[in-house]
Amino acid sequence: MSNYHPETSAEIVAEHGLSPDEYEKAVEIMGRAPNLLELGIFSVMWSEHCSYKSSKLWLKTLPTEGPQVIQGPGENAGVVDIGDGQAVIFKIESHNHPSFIEPYQGAATGVGGILRDVFTMGARPVANLNALRFGAPDHPRTKHLVKGVVAGIGGYGNCVGVPTVGGEINFHPAYNGNCLVNAMTVGLADTDKIFYSAASDIGVPVVYVGSKTGRDGIHGATMASTEFDEDSEEKRPTVQVGDPFTEKLLIEACLELMATDAILAIQDMGAAGLTSSSFEMASKGGTGVVLDLDKVPMREDGMTPYELMLSESQERMLMTLKPGREGQAQAIFEKWGLDFAVVGTITDTGRMQLKWQGETVGDLPIDPLALASPEYDRPHEPTPAQDAANIPESRDLLADLMTLVGSADLCSRRWVWEQYDHMVMGDTIQRPGGDAAVVRVHGKNKGLAMSVDCSPRYCLADPKAGGAQAVAEGFRNLSAVGAKPLAVTNNLNFGNPEKPLIMGQLVGAVEGMGAACKALDMPVVSGNVSLYNETEGQAILPTPVIGSVGLLADIDRMATVALKRDGDTLVMIGDAGSHLGQSIYARECHALEAGPAPSIDLEQEAKVGDFVRALIEEGMIDTCHDISDGGLLVALAEMALAGDKGLSLVSTETSAAFWYGEDQARYVVALPDAAPLQERAKQADIRLNIIAKAEGSDICLPSGQKVALSDLRSQHEDGFPK
Amino acid sequence: MKAGVIVFPGSNCDRDVAVALEAISGQAPTMVWHADSQLPDLDLIVLPGGFSYGDYLRCGAMSAKSPIMREVINRANEGVAVLGICNGFQVLTEAGLLPGALMRNRDLNFICRDVLLRVEDCASRFTLNYEDEQTIRIPIAHHDGNYFADADTLARIEGEGQVLFRYVDEDGQPTPKANPNGSLNNIAGIVNENGNVLGMMPHPERMIEDALGGCDGRPMFESLMETLSER
Repeated sequence: MSNYHPETSAEIVAEHGLSPDEYEKAVEIMGRAPNLLELGIFSVMWSEHCSYKSSKLWLKTLPTEGPQVIQGPGENAGVVDIGDGQAVIFKIESHNHPSFIEPYQGAATGVGGILRDVFTMGARPVANLNALRFGAPDHPRTKHLVKGVVAGIGGYGNCVGVPTVGGEINFHPAYNGNCLVNAMTVGLADTDKIFYSAASDIGVPVVYVGSKTGRDGIHGATMASTEFDEDSEEKRPTVQVGDPFTEKLLIEACLELMATDAILAIQDMGAAGLTSSSFEMASKGGTGVVLDLDKVPMREDGMTPYELMLSESQERMLMTLKPGREGQAQAIFEKWGLDFAVVGTITDTGRMQLKWQGETVGDLPIDPLALASPEYDRPHEPTPAQDAANIPESRDLLADLMTLVGSADLCSRRWVWEQYDHMVMGDTIQRPGGDAAVVRVHGKNKGLAMSVDCSPRYCLADPKAGGAQAVAEGFRNLSAVGAKPLAVTNNLNFGNPEKPLIMGQLVGAVEGMGAACKALDMPVVSGNVSLYNETEGQAILPTPVIGSVGLLADIDRMATVALKRDGDTLVMIGDAGSHLGQSIYARECHALEAGPAPSIDLEQEAKVGDFVRALIEEGMIDTCHDISDGGLLVALAEMALAGDKGLSLVSTETSAAFWYGEDQARYVVALPDAAPLQERAKQADIRLNIIAKAEGSDICLPSGQKVALSDLRSQHEDGFPK
Repeated sequence: MKAGVIVFPGSNCDRDVAVALEAISGQAPTMVWHADSQLPDLDLIVLPGGFSYGDYLRCGAMSAKSPIMREVINRANEGVAVLGICNGFQVLTEAGLLPGALMRNRDLNFICRDVLLRVEDCASRFTLNYEDEQTIRIPIAHHDGNYFADADTLARIEGEGQVLFRYVDEDGQPTPKANPNGSLNNIAGIVNENGNVLGMMPHPERMIEDALGGCDGRPMFESLMETLSER
């Protein structure tokens, strides 16, 4: 029989999302029944969102190390060496549940949160990306969500002045009740100026900076850890409201203070706000903390300790300072018009002690709570293998091409990225629309290439292959611009992990992802897990998104997808297409979502990618596109549209699999003379196919049948469900 | 050329324009904090793009009242060159240094893309290095760039040749389709009566090298450098 504090009851425990077993464990850790404030703290710290209790066991299997890795998972973001005393710091994070409830603010605060994770570590954010999934294009809610999410991402990123340079968007009915908003930030820091969250110095002041604390977002982390039902609309008050203007000031103030040596440790207040930030700082430092909650800057009167500890008000940071440096720090934050308050002290007690109006209102042991949070080995079932599907041949290659380039998943995303300032900071050298976005390292002649990728339809058919493919696609996108892949961040979006099939998707995807990261030398340095993406029992497609970052050694040798010269020969590098299972062609042209996912040969992937990258680095190739969604002919059309140059196909192949198959490890390149390429491919034992010649203003088949680029363009540009 | 860039809370193109000024003139500009009340001796004052004061109230409205703006207005009236880009243009209209107002874009969305502009007058100190009626490609990135002025004001600025840049199509024509934001007469940038204060929505500082997509912004800074260095 459980015992309860007079302020709580079995119902209140259940409302806090704690299972009876978890409550028992909380009582055991406390040595008594927790009061309401303490229960609230257990609730958020042990929520799926903060504790990773269902996924932790599997995340541990991912490769996280490499000579390039300065900091892997466990900090606010991953840190990777890029030479010259600099590091790239990046992470991806989901804001799915809030974005479905309130798309503008949900998406905006998703951007704000991931920005803070990156500048907390001492980096100036230099790029934002996002991976979005919405329901069917014709679902009544889709357009409202698309519009709100895009405006929210733009509204926040544009105002803080960090360019939004890339992303991906898919539509599928499985997301009708749960859209996905995954936001990634990439920042740059000096390797000797990286800041961590461990508060290990005893007796130093704990300082709160940024916005005041309000009543918004209380229990956001708990909300993000349950399924939706028809009452989800009522959860709107749990969504936070963002203020990008304050965030911009916070970035500048933090970086200004970071240029001094006053800060000992720093942590942003994200999910579970003051609770999780102070817990993590003390837990990692092996210390304790006393917080004087009366000192917390408050937005309104009458707030309770419970609200102060659980609020997810945005644009706030917690830090410890060297004693005596409070004045210097305060002057900087006041110059930027931000709140600054000493709210506590780091202690050696190993406990979090919360004071309010002179009394201790909460007293919890830190380590058992933060480190010994539940970890489950949930039952998991593998997804059964898909039968081979009989996917019809194309009756009209060009008519099918028109269908594909205008389809929701393949059409132009211009309407979206034109709402994002993708040029601010003056270093965007590859704008959205290419394989990877490239941002120059400020003041240098090298660049960071970035991409976000996942093919959820493959993951549903075969979670392991799909998990591997997401990494392989990132690897290809970076290689296709000439960048050396460095590392990845991952965002695992799944349904309810208490269902064995869903848990099996997670297990399979992580397994595939881990194998690919290992084979392609792209360790996982940060990440985020979002589970319970279900509404009324309907789960999303398994969506393990990979955010990848690479280094382009010489920006003058960067490749782009656009055709550049009439007369260039277009060559396919890699094997001929043969696989139509789970292809966009099958779905869009024959309404078939069937068959196995394409198989992934990681050795071949590495070999072909390294080959293409070497040719770009040498300057032999400046035009390159990887073959992915839609297959070869769609890749060719995208190159033609980007360069506004037509092409004549010379290959007389007619099979749908050749033109629309989505076999992996393939690229198309264009160059004036194919002979030296053929020579190199022969040496490397890599297959080539001469496919087309750049000329005219149509896409022309050997039969003489053609489609004007202008018609293709209007189809491509008008297809987006806006 | 001694240039200064005013930094408001929420400015975010201050570094970009400083980089452009230094790249072209070889001299780093002075960065001036909005709360200062004094300006050093300057040949050019730049109000950069961004979201000063979060665009709260109205774009540029709060910055126009900041302490440094009193001094900027004095210098502008003394004839010092002032360049307001994007949010800087909004601040200049709010401060009364330029006529008209910038309203929400016609389609209500933020727009970031390259646009074509026609240089309406290449005798200005801002445009000497362009050719008359030259079409140039410069990016815009704004939510509120829809230029509006009452009929009399519009007739006056058109009559006095104060329109320096207009949104045009590939053929150099100011068509409705070439107008990205609904601005009256496709107006992208105007000068004051004395010709020393320019406000423009497009960002010339984003087009100063091929790596960024083009160099059509360079001649503006080169024009200023040549004119102002002679002073």
